[in-house]
Amino acid sequence: MPKDGIGASTKRREDIRFLTGKGRYTDDINLHGQAYVHFLRADVAHATLNGIETQDAASMPGVLRVFTATDFDGVGGLPCGWQITDRKGQPMQEPKHPIMAEGKIRHVGEIVAAVVAETLDQARDAAEAIVLDYDELPAVIDMKAAVQEDAPRVHDDLTSNLCYDWGFVEENKAAVDEAFLAADHVTTLELVNNRLVANPMEPRVAIGDYAAHDDSSTLYTTSQNPHVIRLLMGAFVLGIPEHKLRVVAPDVGGGFGTKIFHYAEEAFCTFAAKQLKRPVKWTSTRSEAFMSDAHGRDHVTKIQLALDAENNFTALRTDTYANMGAYLSTFAPSVPTWLHGTLMAGNYRTPLIYVNVKAVFTNTVPVDAYRGAGRPEATFQLERVIDKAARELGVDPAELRRQNFIRKDQFPYATPVAVEYDTGDYEATLNKALELSDYAGFANRHAESQARGKLRGIGLAHYIEACGIAPSNLVGQLGARAGLYESATVRVNATGGIVVMTGSHSHGQGHETSFPQVIAQMIGIEPDQVEIVHGDTANTPMGMGTYGSRSIAVGGSAMVRATEKIISKAKKIAAHILEASDADIELKDGKFSVAGTDKSLNWGDVTLAAYVPHNYPLTDLEPGLEETAFYDPSNFTYPSGCYICEVEIDPDTGKVTIERFTAADDFGNVINPMIVEGQVQGGVAQGIGQALLENCTYDSEGQLLSASYMDYAMPRASDVPMITVDHSCQTPCTHNPLGVKGCGEAGAIGSPPAVINAVLDAMHRAGKPVAHIDMPVTPAKVWAAMNA
Amino acid sequence: MYNFDFVKPSTVEEAVAALQDDEAQPLSGGQTLIPSMKQRLNAPGTLVSLLGIEALKGISVSDGVMTIGGTTTHATVAAQADAYPALAYLAGQIGDPAVRNRGTIGGSLANNDPAACYPAAALASGATIVTNTREIAADDFFQGMFTTDLEEGEIITAVKFPIPEAANYQKFEQPASRFALTAVFVAKYADGVRVAITGASEEGVFRWAEAEDALSNSFSAEALSALAVPANDMITDLHGTAEYRAHLCKVLTGRAVSAIS
Amino acid sequence: MKVQMRVNGRQVSGEVEGRTLLVTFLRDGQGLTGTHTGCDTSQCGACTVHVDGLQVKSCSMFAAEADGAEVTTIEGMANADGSLSVLQQAFQDHHGLQCGFCTPGMVMAAATLLEQTPEPTEAQVRHHLQGNICRCTGYHNIIKAVMAASGQQVTQVAAE
Ligand SMILES: Cc1cc2nc3c(=O)[nH]c(=O)nc-3n(C[C@H](O)[C@H](O)[C@H](O)COP(=O)(O)OP(=O)(O)OC[C@H]3O[C@@H](n4cnc5c(N)ncnc54)[C@H](O)[C@@H]3O)c2cc1C
Ligand code: FES
Ligand code: FES
Repeated sequence: MPKDGIGASTKRREDIRFLTGKGRYTDDINLHGQAYVHFLRADVAHATLNGIETQDAASMPGVLRVFTATDFDGVGGLPCGWQITDRKGQPMQEPKHPIMAEGKIRHVGEIVAAVVAETLDQARDAAEAIVLDYDELPAVIDMKAAVQEDAPRVHDDLTSNLCYDWGFVEENKAAVDEAFLAADHVTTLELVNNRLVANPMEPRVAIGDYAAHDDSSTLYTTSQNPHVIRLLMGAFVLGIPEHKLRVVAPDVGGGFGTKIFHYAEEAFCTFAAKQLKRPVKWTSTRSEAFMSDAHGRDHVTKIQLALDAENNFTALRTDTYANMGAYLSTFAPSVPTWLHGTLMAGNYRTPLIYVNVKAVFTNTVPVDAYRGAGRPEATFQLERVIDKAARELGVDPAELRRQNFIRKDQFPYATPVAVEYDTGDYEATLNKALELSDYAGFANRHAESQARGKLRGIGLAHYIEACGIAPSNLVGQLGARAGLYESATVRVNATGGIVVMTGSHSHGQGHETSFPQVIAQMIGIEPDQVEIVHGDTANTPMGMGTYGSRSIAVGGSAMVRATEKIISKAKKIAAHILEASDADIELKDGKFSVAGTDKSLNWGDVTLAAYVPHNYPLTDLEPGLEETAFYDPSNFTYPSGCYICEVEIDPDTGKVTIERFTAADDFGNVINPMIVEGQVQGGVAQGIGQALLENCTYDSEGQLLSASYMDYAMPRASDVPMITVDHSCQTPCTHNPLGVKGCGEAGAIGSPPAVINAVLDAMHRAGKPVAHIDMPVTPAKVWAAMNA
Repeated sequence: MYNFDFVKPSTVEEAVAALQDDEAQPLSGGQTLIPSMKQRLNAPGTLVSLLGIEALKGISVSDGVMTIGGTTTHATVAAQADAYPALAYLAGQIGDPAVRNRGTIGGSLANNDPAACYPAAALASGATIVTNTREIAADDFFQGMFTTDLEEGEIITAVKFPIPEAANYQKFEQPASRFALTAVFVAKYADGVRVAITGASEEGVFRWAEAEDALSNSFSAEALSALAVPANDMITDLHGTAEYRAHLCKVLTGRAVSAIS
Repeated sequence: MKVQMRVNGRQVSGEVEGRTLLVTFLRDGQGLTGTHTGCDTSQCGACTVHVDGLQVKSCSMFAAEADGAEVTTIEGMANADGSLSVLQQAFQDHHGLQCGFCTPGMVMAAATLLEQTPEPTEAQVRHHLQGNICRCTGYHNIIKAVMAASGQQVTQVAAE
């Protein structure tokens, strides 16, 4: 067996280049003859655009051309990849999403014009000479106000600001309402899931390039899914067939969802490069990122939980307003619906569930998936309402959960919200988390804090997520306009080394290290004989990229399938050389042997024979050893876990400090524990950020108030504690070959409710009971709540 | 950012001469000026770096007064102002190590950001701001948010801090920028106590006179119990209301006093 | 104007404008793209380098201000034979990086901490890294890496 196979915490090979400054991020690329674009962005949220005067700008030094919306004749809008059908069976309202503002400005930061010049400073200087003629309109910011009859409209060609009114499962609605009437206890909670900005540390970059000699275009971009960008931009926006379009996403400095989407700047740079016959580069500043990267979350929800006299959950219903922003970003409509409503059962047996979601257009930056996408919103409201119910009923929140868990022996379990969980053991993670967090010892720690004049609280939350996105036929029925399989080509070279070309993409997840561990295990060679290629449509098979914790579950499965084909073929070659039957060939530790004999061949002997086919079954088998597989999952995977947070509050200032954080996750099988733990720690820090620090805020005029790190509070080293992680509770996925579930988003999903539950617990214990505080729980809010 | 000429004189006289040009502006650590130039909020024609002037650097103590050269960095003050520990501590809490290695006391005071740290120390210490032309008492120097008594082209060459018997700085950070959401500097002198508060008021750094009187009478946190900072002039923003800031003024003053006594 | 400086031990020079930032000079002028730009308000620390031995944000300093200085970037941090330095190795050993974008700045910042404070406490490491934002790791493994690089047993950095 290889020493670094499945289950080994192999050190990451990619680290060497990152640690020595040799990473190659998009902004590190400079093409010969490259020009630079500066985008003039709207500084008002809503206005009629009467005209744009560009003459002066166009004649400024170094300017190559100034573009406005009228320069994009024949160019399509940015497509939306998911169509939602509303409660009445009607398709959602879907406005055009132009590359630049057409006739109307709809959010601060929307591109109004673009200046391409020899240098970035020249482009920026010239942009100041552009004169906009516009009439400001009242901005639509608050979602509930936006859906009033007389609200100003974000899109004049739509009938209202309502994108869709979705009911799920609509047929259950009456039964749910009845169950509420029959309930012994109903807990109601209204809450906000705060708007966030993903903020990967690498801002977005796009470089368009055009080769006149073969009429082909190349886009270098900071993307989580280059093939998706190629398809969307080529087919829907610019009309470039895939064979004339290459999209490269080299090293990408974090994504967290916001680099999934196809953005106007990508299409612009590709388009302008062809027009100008020069490479055109755009590097986002952080200030631009705040007003042009798709934002995340932003739900306003009312949730109600019905319980019977024995505290069993009998029904759940929710009403959510979900902000879409001014336009539909690539996957925006799916986030509050299929990625949210389907998770409302959580880890519980609640038999009846009804979810209503109203998606609303506002004069704000488009909102789309951010780490967890829909699942954190579902988990937060559910785990909060359960805690509130426990408090109202005077029962232990852990025990109320335990009582209502889907039991270990009930899997596979079909929930009332259309999904079937394959495996899970929620009590196991609960018990593990209680043990690791020393739940039993809390009383002592509480007393110790109290003695120092501090409040102390403990909170827990369970989560379930649907990962390994996604079965294509299912999502197709649900309105996805794409398949969600993944691909891999495994190329074995003559001397035995292997190159895997995957449609998956690593922007921090460590594919270059963990994927080879799988192949090494399967063949019995060392991982350093395997190289992973990703991020370039020119040399990877069509794949859907990385998000939704799908890389190992879907991308890894594709690689396993391709490797299985390789092994099967290699066995045939070995059988021929060893003059045995295929069925008798065994592959172990990189050696092919004939069962029951001492005849064997090394891996390298067989791979060489595949390319030097002298003694080879040429009539039955083609030479070469290269296989491709497309893997389409048959179900989602369902990671789950229990998170426990312990906080201390300074009653004088309201400042919350996280004292302990414990995460017990069930990810099924784990390929590289070190990487998995890192994913959880990072996700938890983002969840703590959402719970305590981060808030993307607009004023009533649609000005972004949290527009830089001066006002948008990012978690720093001193804001997060060391995080205890455990993934020893493993109920492997039953429907993918590795038994893996995915771990990328869990941390961000499970942590916000754990933190808030802990804060409220602390206040409750101190005799300052408060039903709820919206995130982020800033010192000022805690203080105000305690002194209300 | 707009382009400009860059000059780096080696004497105060040359710097002052270079600053005669209306479009010229002094540059010290650049930790405020450079980010604001990136936003194109500032467009000097010439930047006159003061960092080449040796005479503006360093810390000295004589007759109970600590004199800090105008371009002395926060890191230097943090490491070397042993004779005034509360001031050294304050400097060590500004921003982060990289900011402290570049940012200077003169730049900070000249900028008078309403959430900056040094203004609180200067005001609470009754410091004297020394410029190329005159000496200005801290009480006259700070004139509201981002406004000081400095004339065009006038540069801070040094700051003189009378060293108190005891002092303490309590900074409550704004969660995003990590500047002061509210911070309080309390300095106890033989002839009385001074309390200066930054981050809280629409008027910028200010002295809390009632607290000074009460503490000069009886130096204990209890002496503050009957007092309250009125919320009307306090800042309300994303990070806290006026009432919250007013409350912090009192809490932090109390903590500073407790830390000293 | 012309500037010259020693970068990673090599004498370099170049023509710059007044407004050319040190980070731009290093990246575009010298091809040293290991130094990154993550913000425009001087807060993220992705651009951290050493100038005359001091940790600074190269996005918040003009190239002209580094005229005549000794500059070290991430490209100059490995051992002479090209192998990872103790600190870099600790980042790999403890998985102190994911996407790698903040990493050069983290390493440069941590290096000065270890120079000043050879055996920092966890709190000291966290305080020193105040100006370096990482969105991927949650800092846990960065803290471990820095403490391990100082020769401390990191299994004792309990998650509490
Ligand atoms: C990330 C970050 C965090 C920060 N956190 C804090 C914090 O917590 N607390 C805090 O107090 N500050 C903080 N600051 C600000 C920092 O302290 C600055 O260094 C300081 O405010 C300005 O000093 P400077 O030397 O950098 O001045 P510069 O940026 O060079 O100049 C600032 C202004 O002062 C003028 N000026 C400079 N020197 C002189 C002089 N000698 N005489 C007259 N005018 C002069 C300039 O023309 C300019 O208008 C932070 C800055 C950053 C980037
Ligand atoms: S790039 Fe963010 S601090 Fe320099
Ligand atoms: S490793 Fe990605 S930002 Fe730190």
